[in-house]
Amino acid sequence: MTNPADTIIAVRNLKIGYGERIILQNINFQVQRGEVFMILGGSGSGKSTLLKNMIGLYTPDEGEIWIEDGNMAAAGEEERLLLFRKFGVMYQGGALFGSMTVLENVQLPLDEFTELPDPVKELVALSKLKQVGLGTAAQKMPSELSGGMQKRAAIARAMALDPRILFLDEPSAGLDPVTSAGLDLLIKELAEQCGITFVIVTHELASIYGIADRIIMLDCQTRTIIAEGKPAVLREQANDPWVRRFFNREPDPIESPPPRSLS
Amino acid sequence: MTPGAKVTVIGLDEELEKSFREFTPEDYEALRPHEIARKKSVPEEVGDAVAQAGADLRAQVSFLGEVAAKLPGTIASRKRLRWPEVGRIFESAGANAVPIVSLISILVGLIIAFESVQPLEQFGAQIYVANMIGLVMVRELGPLLAAILLAGRSGSAFAAEIGTMKVNEELNALETLGLDPIRFLVIQRITAGVLLTPLLTCYGTFMGVLGGVVVMLGLGFPLNLIFHQLAGAVHLKDLALAMAKGVVFGAIVSGVGCLRGLQTKEGPSAVGVSTTRAVVTSILLIVIADAVFSVIFFMLTR
Repeated sequence: MTNPADTIIAVRNLKIGYGERIILQNINFQVQRGEVFMILGGSGSGKSTLLKNMIGLYTPDEGEIWIEDGNMAAAGEEERLLLFRKFGVMYQGGALFGSMTVLENVQLPLDEFTELPDPVKELVALSKLKQVGLGTAAQKMPSELSGGMQKRAAIARAMALDPRILFLDEPSAGLDPVTSAGLDLLIKELAEQCGITFVIVTHELASIYGIADRIIMLDCQTRTIIAEGKPAVLREQANDPWVRRFFNREPDPIESPPPRSLS
Repeated sequence: MTPGAKVTVIGLDEELEKSFREFTPEDYEALRPHEIARKKSVPEEVGDAVAQAGADLRAQVSFLGEVAAKLPGTIASRKRLRWPEVGRIFESAGANAVPIVSLISILVGLIIAFESVQPLEQFGAQIYVANMIGLVMVRELGPLLAAILLAGRSGSAFAAEIGTMKVNEELNALETLGLDPIRFLVIQRITAGVLLTPLLTCYGTFMGVLGGVVVMLGLGFPLNLIFHQLAGAVHLKDLALAMAKGVVFGAIVSGVGCLRGLQTKEGPSAVGVSTTRAVVTSILLIVIADAVFSVIFFMLTR
């Protein structure tokens, strides 16, 4: 099976379960080349599980996950390693290696997968760090960086081998609004200037309105996608009341008990 | 209480009446304790425990196989085995353990010498304290003490380091970068462990014998006599046994530490559980290996 030219990721009929429990079912969506695509959903709706399946950490029970021309869900050991080279991942806390400097973290993929001479690798790593605005922090240890800087460094490491896709797991989690907005700006820049496709798991409304081209929303009850499209459109026109509440940041209506007379 | 009984409440304060109205008959159910999950029967629990022990053994064997398969390829390539990292581990697990190993080995040497002086005195055989200290320290206690201290100091540290990496998703990051945690984290630790434990064993043994010698000197024996007794009792094959034990114990401690770290589950107490499991399993396996060594040595030298 091949994809149309402008589709970079295609997920088909995905079903993920844990024993008897179904976590996600009937998941179908496509990500276009160069877009900022967001996966939304309430807590416990399986967003992170979906991401972990897409990046090959878990294997789904059924279905296909096409990343360009390779099916991650059915990839053998060798093919999986090739698929890993097509994308980078930024984990929620950054997941930088604590025993190495920031520069060494970014340089690590280059050390392992390229035959470039050391000074060149250092320059490439430094240029990635400058791209995310961390040129001056190259020789620091990850523990000396703030949360936002750690995530930037993690993005630089994910970009080290110039992948065409970046997966980000909750980039705004634990960040103040200013830092979070800065990170959004960086994502926008990278998408526009370098043509990187972003797949982002989040529930930060400001980022969704700010930078998402398209979103899908997962539902906790039906364990599948309940909304897909542009956030501004969904905000006004979503059929599902929960989706509308999500986009307008309204609480679930509280079911108040009917008034009762004391008899 | 009678379910469904009608009760009339009158004359309540306005405030109280307001909160009283909030309650519905369903709230009575909410306070009832949830049905307790069926307790497992004894055979069921025994079966579960056996299955768990079997699965754990299987995990250990498959880990051993994986490490063995990847070891030659990793060690052969300078790029793959990060020697600076091996050096760092060597320092923190080996060099930094010297003070504690010195103290404990000297004290154990002293204690054994003191305890054995009186019984041997009855036969006028005090001079044989030197023989005994030499044999006991070199063949048994030197390697054992070094390995157990290593398990407590460094096996637990390996499990905690790798466990924390797992909790922080660093292991996931390694995987999606296409790097193998066994190659990247485990083999360098095992290499460091295998290299440093024989050295630590050698050093600890020396300090233990020194402790015994101090007691002998205190009893008035001249140094050259003690040395003569030691040289007669301890042979090269005993030292070789100690070194062989050091290599094996080092591999056990670092391997188990890494395995328990990789097995870390999620949650706040997971790293603590892993470190405990690392120390307990290491010490258990060390003692089993020591017993196997004793039997083999007995067979070989009979």
